[in-house]
Amino acid sequence: MELLYFAWVREAVGVGQEQVDPPEAVETVADLVGWLATRSPGHAAAFADPAKLRAAIDQRFVPLATPLNGAKEVALFPPVTGG
Amino acid sequence: MIRVSIDPAPIELALELAALEERGAGGVASFTGVVRGGDGITALELEHYPGMTEDALCTLAEAAMDRWNLLGVTVLHRVGRMAVGERIVFIGTAAAHRREALEACAYLIDRLKTDAPFWKREWRGDAASWVEARASDEAAAAKW
Repeated sequence: MELLYFAWVREAVGVGQEQVDPPEAVETVADLVGWLATRSPGHAAAFADPAKLRAAIDQRFVPLATPLNGAKEVALFPPVTGG
Repeated sequence: MIRVSIDPAPIELALELAALEERGAGGVASFTGVVRGGDGITALELEHYPGMTEDALCTLAEAAMDRWNLLGVTVLHRVGRMAVGERIVFIGTAAAHRREALEACAYLIDRLKTDAPFWKREWRGDAASWVEARASDEAAAAKW
């Protein structure tokens, strides 16, 4: 699975993208966030508070409760602030 | 006709408005977002999600074309670093009558704020801080 990070999530993790192979118990985006938080101190800082995060699966916004269902690309980021 | 662009280059307001006028509409409405100064801000930086951003803006423009009787929609968003006073975003709509052009323009900027993956960072000299989303933007988008 390809992960993309933006804004302060990217800065906290230290990279803008990475490939991961989460265990089977990781079923939803929220599960993924919890699992990612254990990977490094940077990940822990980025993913400590899921309420501050938003997500997209295969380039569509989704709630964190959404099942991953074989998603190829998952992006994690703060609420958007364009315009 | 839809024109969507995400570009680090400056937005050429006169050219964009003239192109909308050439669609043969009776009315052209537009919104221009400009980097606000004050509070020590020296520059603004825009990050986006390449690929998804283009899709999100095209989807919004198509939704506006479906909902109002429009002859043209232009949605331009700059990315990268901008100085105070520079244009960040331009929305233009062309329609036979003013109400459709004005309503569609308001819809597009309200929804762009919540539906497109952009992130703003404010610079004050060498110090940078990410801008937090505002609940009022969510409320403005939801009313459509």
